[in-house]
Amino acid sequence: MIKEYKSATGLEGPLMIVEGIEGIKYGELTDVELQDGSIRRGQVLETSEKRALVQLFESSQGISTSLATVRFLGRGMTTSLTREMLGRIFNGVGDPIDDTGEIIPEKHMDINGSPINPYSRNFPSEFIQTGVSAIDGLLTLVRGQKLPIFSGSGLPHAQLAAQIARQSKTLGKAEEFAVVFAAMGITFEEANFFIDDLRKTGAIERSILYINLANDPVIERIAIPRVALTAAEYLAFELDMHVLVILTDMTNYCEALREISAARKEVPGRRGYPGYMYTDLSMLYERAGRIKGKSGSITQFPILTMPEDDKTHPIPDLTGYITEGQVFLGRDIHRKGILPPINVLPSLSRLMQKGIGEGKTREDHADVANQLFAAYAKGVESRELAVVLGEAALTPIDRIYVKFAEQFEQKFINQGFEENRSIDETLNLGWKLLTILPRTELKRIRNEYIDRYLGEKN
Amino acid sequence: MAGKIIKVSGPLVVARSLENPMMYEVVKVGEIGLFGEIIGINGDEASIQVYEQTEGVGPGEPVVNTGNQLSVELGPGLIKQIYDGIQRPLDIISNKYGSFIARGISEPPISYETKWYFTATARPGEKLRGGQRLGYVEETEIVRHWVMVPPNLSGELLDISSGTYTVKDTIGMLKDSFDEKHILRLAHKWPVRQGRPFKRKINPTIPLITGQRVLDTFFPLAKGGSACIPGPFGSGKTVVQHQLAKWADAEIIVYVGCGERGNEMTDVLIEFPELKDPKSGRPLMERTILIANTSNMPVAAREASVFTGITLAEYYRDMGYNVALMADSTSRWAEAMREISGRLEEMPGEEGYPAYLASRISEFYERAGLVIPFGSDEEASLSVIGAVSPPGGDLSDPVVQATLREVRVFWGLDAKLAYARHFPAINWLSSYSLYSDLMNNFYNKEVSELWLKNRQTALRILQEESELEEIVRLVGIDALSPKDRLTLEIARSIKEDFLHQNAFHEVDTYTSLKKQFLMLESILLFFELAMEAIASDVPLDLILEQDVREEIARMKYHPEEEIDKIKAVQNSIRNAFDEIKTRRASA
Ligand SMILES: Nc1ncnc2c1ncn2[C@@H]1O[C@H](COP(=O)(O)OP(=O)(O)OP(=O)(O)O)[C@@H](O)[C@H]1O
Ligand SMILES: [Mg+2]
Repeated sequence: MIKEYKSATGLEGPLMIVEGIEGIKYGELTDVELQDGSIRRGQVLETSEKRALVQLFESSQGISTSLATVRFLGRGMTTSLTREMLGRIFNGVGDPIDDTGEIIPEKHMDINGSPINPYSRNFPSEFIQTGVSAIDGLLTLVRGQKLPIFSGSGLPHAQLAAQIARQSKTLGKAEEFAVVFAAMGITFEEANFFIDDLRKTGAIERSILYINLANDPVIERIAIPRVALTAAEYLAFELDMHVLVILTDMTNYCEALREISAARKEVPGRRGYPGYMYTDLSMLYERAGRIKGKSGSITQFPILTMPEDDKTHPIPDLTGYITEGQVFLGRDIHRKGILPPINVLPSLSRLMQKGIGEGKTREDHADVANQLFAAYAKGVESRELAVVLGEAALTPIDRIYVKFAEQFEQKFINQGFEENRSIDETLNLGWKLLTILPRTELKRIRNEYIDRYLGEKN
Repeated sequence: MAGKIIKVSGPLVVARSLENPMMYEVVKVGEIGLFGEIIGINGDEASIQVYEQTEGVGPGEPVVNTGNQLSVELGPGLIKQIYDGIQRPLDIISNKYGSFIARGISEPPISYETKWYFTATARPGEKLRGGQRLGYVEETEIVRHWVMVPPNLSGELLDISSGTYTVKDTIGMLKDSFDEKHILRLAHKWPVRQGRPFKRKINPTIPLITGQRVLDTFFPLAKGGSACIPGPFGSGKTVVQHQLAKWADAEIIVYVGCGERGNEMTDVLIEFPELKDPKSGRPLMERTILIANTSNMPVAAREASVFTGITLAEYYRDMGYNVALMADSTSRWAEAMREISGRLEEMPGEEGYPAYLASRISEFYERAGLVIPFGSDEEASLSVIGAVSPPGGDLSDPVVQATLREVRVFWGLDAKLAYARHFPAINWLSSYSLYSDLMNNFYNKEVSELWLKNRQTALRILQEESELEEIVRLVGIDALSPKDRLTLEIARSIKEDFLHQNAFHEVDTYTSLKKQFLMLESILLFFELAMEAIASDVPLDLILEQDVREEIARMKYHPEEEIDKIKAVQNSIRNAFDEIKTRRASA
């Protein structure tokens, strides 16, 4: 039932207070009609007997409390969905902004979704080959995983994400895939870079894009990932597609969250972000995965820029606590000219174990990955020591490890944004690098694999 | 008459005019009847935390009392189950209502239809008190489920008989001291926020064996003890908890996934039925109960989930079992408290957490212990292991600090070790166990009298290493004497060949105490002989070149059945040094 009031009494940032109301439900969708007839959308954040607090999803600019009409729509916020949305571009609340006209929805779904019953989940275990050695070899991605990129301002996360979107495939089968792209407060150039890249490869026909640029209203960034993930769920679980969701930049989303919290005068948590940010983010990130009995999947690639490159900042910190690993981009390694500048040591893919091995990638994959990690970590440590004390201070074996680390960065990680390597190429390259080390150092690898793979090449 | 909602703010609802509301009473909120619990009463107004999403609920809707406190239902059928934070069976909900969790659903936590064969062991005429045994049901192949007199009842058993029953059927009758008769059933209810009573608590002296070398050898937990694992994201808290759930020598495992990932629960659900309990050879699931209130599920139910879990655990302890409970992560539980407290506009304490944070945490860990239950004269235990996820991995976090005051074992995870893929990434310098010395008798008898001594030697070497590393960092390796360099090498061997343990390797994932002892003994034997050799001027490089070192590195991969191979390694070590000696003598 729709209820209409002209009794808005307060407006502060994205929050509006409406009084003299009755029977308004929590979470109810709200249309605020301005004097010129235009509509701004919002949602009830708190409701009591005579008063409701409404959070706007669009800018409050130009709204006058005395002139505005507030309509409570008697339902939660939904988004329109249809297969025809593939290839189209929408704004933060899901209205089309390309010039192809309105869409004719087949379905409306609540943008908040519902939690997937953990019992109904299927464990993600299908290897996705991204063609990027650092990822395929050491941080293996599987279908249904949520794996963010932790970047910093000025680092080429967009190129890496585009490369992954372009090259990703599962081995063996051709299946229907789709890309859902949600831009939150990024620059026009960056958004355009993605759109162009999708266009170049023809993938745009299989993509839905939601765009909120840096100069668009901040508050729209609250709705946009929810709308995008609802579309992804529709494609994955109703139309059986494999959906890759790119959310960029989550830092801008979190800032919008902080703005609302501040307007509500809530007790701020760390660095002013609300105490419930963990829960809020998990309501987005947990909308990735696979479901028993359904053939589609949602794989998430959130991108965030760490303020001041600080990984303990609440945005990367809470994200890391929710997602199934993270791919770190490093400024130091970027300065060395290594592309993609993936800092593998703090990076991690938690679902890797289940996606690799015989029948999936190769039997030796886990051992090789463990050994490469351990050896690179040791090499980096020795290199740091050498910086302080000079090469002379290193033992002979330390020096070998330093050499290994250099070669590993130059050959294994540094492949550029165009090269697309198969998993076999990646693993063979790993073995080749391991020959730098004496065999006795390969403690993480089973003897039989050493005999089989190292023997062959030496 | 029902009360009326006057305010809704996320998971918090305020209602007016409820009839005699009680603290912690369960209520049904709104037209769709969402589950809620009264957490504050102020005059005619009651504050309610709601266990389901409150979208679509508003002022004017009814709130109905139930007269019950938030309780769990205890009886056969709990094992192998997966519940949400308030004991709703997620498997049944999935089968009946689909893959996404709907609201306002209520399903019995244990089947009301399944028939169990009950064997009575108590006799009519016996005087029984709460917690004493009436008889048993074979719940799974490995769990005999003792049916007990509900804790708050006692009196004369009028009637009891063996037979086939559902949990709703009458199995007997008890008369209390007021001559009031009480029907006995296979199941009863118990409020989650109240610990179940037992005869008395005793000091833990027996280790909970986990098969994880760094834990068992260095920082052991006792049966009935409590431990915490704090660490930044990705450092290995969940993997450790999963390893404990798999391999700990407890008879019952309660695993609480509290505000964490959905896939991690799925992982357990898929893996545990496949894995065999090393002792009984039966699937691990047959001793496991899962509580899954994932991060995206309602936050109030997350707050309840740890209490639900620990009450189920206490119930099996009361039957006389050794139970272990893992809570991953207690930080999410604390955050749920913080969120509700914030909505109640309570005065915030440190980092916005409510002032009662520390007392809640201690109430929780206090429910661990080695006890004599009412039902038997034998010891039963409840061990509690809590993961803590401090922001940025910073241990000054209030949840970590409050937890450290309660627990006696600290397994500190270290991001640096995790980055180098040294797993489990438990820092050997900062971690501790206050049980280790108390359990001396057990080790002497069951493993070796040298157990504690070897442990101390190894820890000392690691301590020395960290001091030597300081020196190396300042002046370089050349400044060290051969002895010191040997110490560094042995420390490295302890770390890589002993402490490092790959949870995903079929053999390495579990190591018996016996094998742990032999492995460490071998490394220390090498150390001892190498020290002697250096003392008689054997060059360090010659010692380090010995092939036997590779045998040491491979010890962990010898399956338990081939434990003799590790003894053989010790022979090889002796031979290697003998040979050095003879060669040098002849030269
Ligand atoms: N014992 C181990 N053996 C092998 N790998 C391990 C081990 N422990 C941890 N890992 C690796 O580290 C990853 C992260 O571990 P885990 O998920 O337990 O971290 P966590 O501390 O629980 O993180 P979060 O706080 O984000 O939940 C695992 O996915 C696995 O790859
Ligand atoms: Mg975890």
